[in-house]
Amino acid sequence: MENIEVKQTSKYVWEIPKTGEMLVPGCIYGDADIIKHLTDDIKAGKEWNALRQIVNVACLPGIQKASMAMSDVHPGYGFPIGGVGAFDMKTGVISVAGVGYDINCGVRTLKTDLTRNEVEKKKNELAEALFNGVPAGLGSTGDIRLPIEKIDEVLVQGAEFSVNLGYGFKEDLEYTEENGHVKGATPETVSREAKQRQFKQVGTLGSGNHYLEVQYVEQIFDEKAAEAFGLRKDQILISIHCGSRALGHQIGTDYLKTLEAASKKYKIPIRDKELVCAPIESDEGHRYFGAVNCGINAAFANRQAIAHLTRRAVKQAMGVSEESVKMLYDIGHNTAKLERHVADDGKEKQLLVMRKGATRAFGPGHDEVPKAYRKIGQPVLIGGTMGTCSYILHGTEQGMLETFGSSCHGAGRNMSREQAKREYRGEGIVNDLAKRGIVIKGHSLAGVAEEAPGAYKDVTEVVDVMHNSGIAKKVALLKPMICIKG
Amino acid sequence: MAFEYLDHEADVGIRAIADTLEGAFEDGAKAMFNTMVDIAAVHPHEKTVVGVSADSPDSLFVEFLNKLLSKADEKGYVFSQFRVRISKKGKSYNLSAEAWGEPLDVKKHKAKTEVKAATYSGLKCWSDSGKHHVQCVLDV
Repeated sequence: MENIEVKQTSKYVWEIPKTGEMLVPGCIYGDADIIKHLTDDIKAGKEWNALRQIVNVACLPGIQKASMAMSDVHPGYGFPIGGVGAFDMKTGVISVAGVGYDINCGVRTLKTDLTRNEVEKKKNELAEALFNGVPAGLGSTGDIRLPIEKIDEVLVQGAEFSVNLGYGFKEDLEYTEENGHVKGATPETVSREAKQRQFKQVGTLGSGNHYLEVQYVEQIFDEKAAEAFGLRKDQILISIHCGSRALGHQIGTDYLKTLEAASKKYKIPIRDKELVCAPIESDEGHRYFGAVNCGINAAFANRQAIAHLTRRAVKQAMGVSEESVKMLYDIGHNTAKLERHVADDGKEKQLLVMRKGATRAFGPGHDEVPKAYRKIGQPVLIGGTMGTCSYILHGTEQGMLETFGSSCHGAGRNMSREQAKREYRGEGIVNDLAKRGIVIKGHSLAGVAEEAPGAYKDVTEVVDVMHNSGIAKKVALLKPMICIKG
Repeated sequence: MAFEYLDHEADVGIRAIADTLEGAFEDGAKAMFNTMVDIAAVHPHEKTVVGVSADSPDSLFVEFLNKLLSKADEKGYVFSQFRVRISKKGKSYNLSAEAWGEPLDVKKHKAKTEVKAATYSGLKCWSDSGKHHVQCVLDV
């Protein structure tokens, strides 16, 4: 039986000591429950387990400090979900598994002037307007149809493209990570096949764990931060969780082959085939990163378009202006980013940070944080499970030092989709949630069962680990009222 | 149908078992589309031809699945029947396949979840007691 030692180093931090081919230790943020779940998977001989994935990532060339996992850690492919790895630009590598197939999958949260009571009275009308107004589900297509030449502009301009097309306002960009577009997007590195898959899908939510949720602020933990973020008790927020759709998926698929060949060419030792990679500073690495940046921008453009469709639906159902639905923030959690951090040699330098199911959580004073929030730190949007709750946190200086400014991204599953389908029925979940006053509108009942609240870790436990360890601090707790499932 | 789903927390593991490698690939493709829709409800109405190559049978399996996803997406189709041919030339494994299906109808086909990609994670292709097995994890 495989044995991976896990040592507790402080109340919420656990270490996998550096052994064998590991270049750095593993570092997991969790409580005893979260860690037990991981070690039980090893004992049970589970084919996919997150501890082994953390160890495998720790063996990748150029990795700095530690192969990290946030408190929502669970098995992914190659990297664990909740995984963070920062790589030296000269000696490091870039991998499809560190970004994921849904490039820049993320959360955008909108804030309204509406209150819980106002929405409660028109809950069904608003649910209907959102369900009809935002394309979602398997095979859904958007109402933005672009000629293929125009796709290149989406890939370079990101959210700004959607704004220029009339989907949103200029101010939205200020409250989007990287102002809604990253530099270094190279459309020529994205295949025609990927672009062809994209042009029907701008402004669509997708399916699986993607959702649009109407929430109210149930609790404020930090008055000062809440004031800076423009949040108050009983206020209605709307969160959108989705990514780069098929374009991102195809970029991942295309570059898996490229990086497989590159791993052989550059003789990079690979412990898991999904972890194939290329040196950051190689032709293959440059091309993949250029394509990833295109995927990142496509996701920003997508969430921007969906936000505007959401505004239209809110206007239609609630009779308020589109302008009154403002941006709180938009942030990705499947990304590769060039960021400045302190490296293992003690110097601050540019590193490539891959976050696979982990959210950037920059602390106060950072240039990347919108001016209005800069004294507090960047908003960290943590999507819970349908029917439970979500959290808004802010980044901290401690997070900058310990986790390269990274936090968890959600609750994290603790049950497989197959098991969830065996244990839950979609209809049953919809009825249970209805009894608690939550309206679920889903395109697939099987999909609803797979995403059953019981199939996830308790988001509060996951968030409390981040809060108590000081990596990101709680600002507000959100409770769902309406959930539109893809 | 000789395919099964493996317990994977975040995603979906698929495994197909058949008398031939080609048959295992065909059942693997069914397993993938059955993650997206109820394939029993998909009429194999129209043929789409795909071809891929790779330097090993396991990579070929992932290539095949990803090509099917891309074709299905591009055409707005879902597939339920497959006929696969595999040949080896030098170091390269070449696959040509017919995929039979029809335009996606969310209600009729009982749409489930979208598959983003077939991954190399857990990817294996092996034979045991005369049976061919293939497996991988789908990112959903």
